[in-house]
Order: sequence, then structure tokens, then C-alpha cells
Amino acid sequence: MDITFENVNYIYQQGTPFAHKAIKDLSFHIPSGSFVAIIGHTGSGKSTLIQHLNGLVHPSAGTVTIGNYRLTNDEKPKNMKELRSKVGVVFQYPEHQLFEETVEKDIAFGPENFGVSKEEIAKRIQEIIPAVGLSGEMLKRSPFDLSGGQMRRVAIAGVLAIKPDVLVLDEPTAGLDPRGQKEIMNMFKELHKKEGLTTVLVTHSMEDAVQYADHVIILNKGTKYMEGRPEDVLTQQEALNKVQLDVPEAVQFLLNFEKRFGIKIPFQRQTTEEIARDVHRYLQGGGENE
Amino acid sequence: MRKKLIEFRNVSFRYGDEEPWVLKNCSFEVYENEWLAIIGHNGSGKSTIAKLMNGLLFPQEGEIIINGQQVTEETIWDVRKDVGMVFQNPDNQFVGTTVQDDVAFGMENRGFPREEMIKRIEQNLTAVGMQDYRLTEPHRLSGGQKQRVAIASVLAVSPKVLILDEATAMLDPKGRQEIMRTVSNVRAEHALSLITITHDLREVVQAERVIVMNSGEIWDEAIPREIFSKKDALREIGLDVPFVAILTDELKKTGMTITNEPLNQEELLEDLWTLHLRT
Repeated sequence: MDITFENVNYIYQQGTPFAHKAIKDLSFHIPSGSFVAIIGHTGSGKSTLIQHLNGLVHPSAGTVTIGNYRLTNDEKPKNMKELRSKVGVVFQYPEHQLFEETVEKDIAFGPENFGVSKEEIAKRIQEIIPAVGLSGEMLKRSPFDLSGGQMRRVAIAGVLAIKPDVLVLDEPTAGLDPRGQKEIMNMFKELHKKEGLTTVLVTHSMEDAVQYADHVIILNKGTKYMEGRPEDVLTQQEALNKVQLDVPEAVQFLLNFEKRFGIKIPFQRQTTEEIARDVHRYLQGGGENE
Repeated sequence: MRKKLIEFRNVSFRYGDEEPWVLKNCSFEVYENEWLAIIGHNGSGKSTIAKLMNGLLFPQEGEIIINGQQVTEETIWDVRKDVGMVFQNPDNQFVGTTVQDDVAFGMENRGFPREEMIKRIEQNLTAVGMQDYRLTEPHRLSGGQKQRVAIASVLAVSPKVLILDEATAMLDPKGRQEIMRTVSNVRAEHALSLITITHDLREVVQAERVIVMNSGEIWDEAIPREIFSKKDALREIGLDVPFVAILTDELKKTGMTITNEPLNQEELLEDLWTLHLRT
């Protein structure tokens, strides 16, 4: 589903002395099937933005369009529940929302609420459990007896079980160890491809943005600061530093390399191995490879 | 030789009689004024070590000596004067309704005189760069700022060792930098041992010594440079290898010589400059 924001504003506690504009004149378009990273430091409006995506909040002004659903200040779709069955949101620390007696019941809670049949839910659970890296024997256990990483996977499985078209991920790997982070991100990448999802990833990690996203939107003070392909946006050190962000480490290295040696190696989302080969060629190649 | 501040002697711990051992026969020391980093994947036992250090947990086997005293039910209150801890979640450790109340809390519990409290609030908030927020309410602070206040609160009671148990894990990159900078500043001014527990290898570069935990056992104990050279092994136990270490490896694979194990980009570029510049 396409996602479009047109001049969206959002004000918390509007009409009170505490009114606070969290989103200002925000416009962007995410084509169906994209993997978008939304980046910004704490307080830049990322979380408010994603709450618009399944109608948890409505714009104070402007229009949000998700597929055929339109959200404005005075207009909300009559079929809000349908929208929510199509946009799955994995919030920060989603394991805090687990509540059922067993893993199976917890995963089934979402689709049950959307009226999915018991047989269909059972079928979906069978598919999802291996996809999120859990084992079938865990289904009858209490989610609270699992490790933090496993609980996170159960919570994610609960969102996947509604079979959303749009998957919104709010810092899905925060607090996990490096192996867990990598496994979960690779899982989302797989699902994105296999299910043809539109994926919106909110992250602090420039490394993840470079590795997984095909489009990035940088937010600052509630409005769009930069937008484009990762290799175009995430290489602009000066502009990023202004909003307390930094380039990925690989880009940093290429910039430092240029400063030291006067040789510019363009960043094209190379792997570390490819960067090493570039450096080797420039420093030792003797020119014959150029 | 430096004085031993903390000593673990053959310590084993598990949460219940039927449960698996979380720590298995661990022995190590922490010295005065030392910066020790403990790294390991989730569930490797690193946080259990922290909780054993100030008597939140007690070992089933072995003993733990802190500043010459064994940690037991009887000594925990003395031990806790020496061992300050800051935990992962910035929202779970704020007790005061303002920043200065929070810093005062620990001192109040220990019966510090009012004049001394005022002096120490000022000193320690300045040390963490939060002196302008004395009257601010906690919910108006960022995660990094809350953690800095938590550090000030712990430092206010003058512990001998400060333990940061994944204190940066829930922060954004800027918050992490703030904490690492704060910690270096504090160490430059106070005589203090520091134990940082993390799974972020980039955070161990500044430490003097690193203990790597794996499945409840001490897997390695070395200086950061030595740890960085064991990339494949680190990856096998679920840790992430920093970009500089990976790049160094890849450069070596292309046939380039790199003499030292560089800890950061500056060191790597310096090596490339001296060894490989064509003149």
C-alpha cells in the first residue's frame, strides 16, 4: 500500500498551555513495496509519525493516505479496524505488551480480534513460528518464561499473524545483543521480500539504514530534513551532524581516507570487503587497475 | 602493584536448585582506579556478575571479596557504600521528583548533613554536565540526561567502584556518546574503579582490561587490542566485531601489511600512511 503524507501537522494537547507541535508541514510519499528507514534523534517526531500510520492519532492539519484510507483532522475512515488489520505496528520493546497464558494464545490475540477463523489462525501460527526463529514446543509455554530475545520474537509474531500489508517497526532491535539484532533484521528483510510488504523502519542505526533500506527519510524537529537513497543521503556528513546524526562508519572511513590521502573513493553501499579492495587498489595498485 | 578492590574466588551462581548454572567457577580481580569492561551476549552471565558485586544476589559456591570484606547478608550495607550501580533502563531508576532530589536520595539514606548534600549535589551534577537542570522534572529529560543524573546520584555517595550495567543500551547514539564522555571526565577527576558491562565492542576501546563472558564462564581476559584481534572467535560467541577490526582483516586479506591491531580509524589510517604511501 502506498503511504502519502501531505502537509501533515500534529499538535499534542492542542488548545491547552501545554500545546506542543510534534509534526510540522510534513510531506512525503512511500511507494508500495518500499523498505523505508525513518531516522532522527530522540524527539524528532518519529514515534508521532508512525502513530498516524494506523490511525492511533489523526493529523491536526493535512492529510495522511494509506492505500485507500484517508485520515484528516475531521475525517476518519469508517473502517478503521480494517486499516489496522492492514498496518501492523511493532512498537518499541513490544515484549512489554505480552499478556496471555501461552505463547500460542498471545500470537492468536490479534487475528482473533480481526475475526480470522480458528483454522486460519492455526495455519498462520505454523508458518510464523519458524519464520521468527521460535520452535513449536514453545507454543504451550508461558511467554513470561522465555528469554528477552524470545519474548521479542513472540510479540513480533503476534503482529505478523494479522498478515499486514504494511509493517511498521519502531526500533525493533533495541536492547538485543548483536547476534539477536542481526537475526531479527534479516528476518524482516526476508519477510519484506517474500510477502511483498511495505516496510517502515524507525531506527537510530545508520548501519541498519544502509544495509536494509532502499529509501531514507531524515526527520528533525518534526519536519522532513532530508530524503533520498541511502547512498545519497547518508554520505552528507555536515548536514547530518547539524541534526546530531552521523554518517555510517564505512562512510566515515572513506571521508577520513580522503582527508588523509587526497583520494576520493565514492560510497556505493560497498561491503567492508569491497572497501578494502578499493583501498588496496588505490594505495598499491600502481595505477594499472585504474 | 595496584591494590585489589574486588575479588571473585571460584564463584558459581544459579537462580534455583533445579536451574542451570548462570555463572560457573569464575575467578577474577578488579583493581583500584582501573577501568574494566565486561562483554558478552545476552545471558552470558555478565549482569549476574554485577548483581553479585553489590549483594543483590549471593553465590552458591565460592566467595566475593570487596575492599577486604566478604559479601554476606551481614556486610551488604557496607559493601553497597563502596559499589555504585547504574542500570539499563533510564526510567526505572529515577526516584526524585526533580534532578536535585534524585541526587539527594542516596545521601539522605546515609544521613549526610544538609550542607554536605548541597555541596555534593552541585559538585556531582557539574561532573556529569547537568548543573543547569537542578530543578528539572525527570520526564523533561532525555534518556542520556537521565542516565547522567543516575551517575551523579551514585557518585554523590563516593563509592570506590561504579558499575554501568548496559547503561547505554537504551540510548540513542548521542546519548551513548554523552555517557562515555561523562564517564571519562569523571575518571579524570575522581579516584574510581569503573566496570562497564556492555555488548557493544566499540565501548570497550577506552577500557584498560576486558573480560569476555560466554555461557557463564570467563572466555577471555585481555587488553582491548588483543580482544579485537580475535574476530572470528568473538563472532562465534555472538558478539559484533567493530568496523575497524573487520576492515583491518579485509585489508590484510588483500595482501597489505598492517602492523598493529588498530582500535580506531585514526590508528588504521596512520598505519596505512606509514606503510603504504607511494611516494
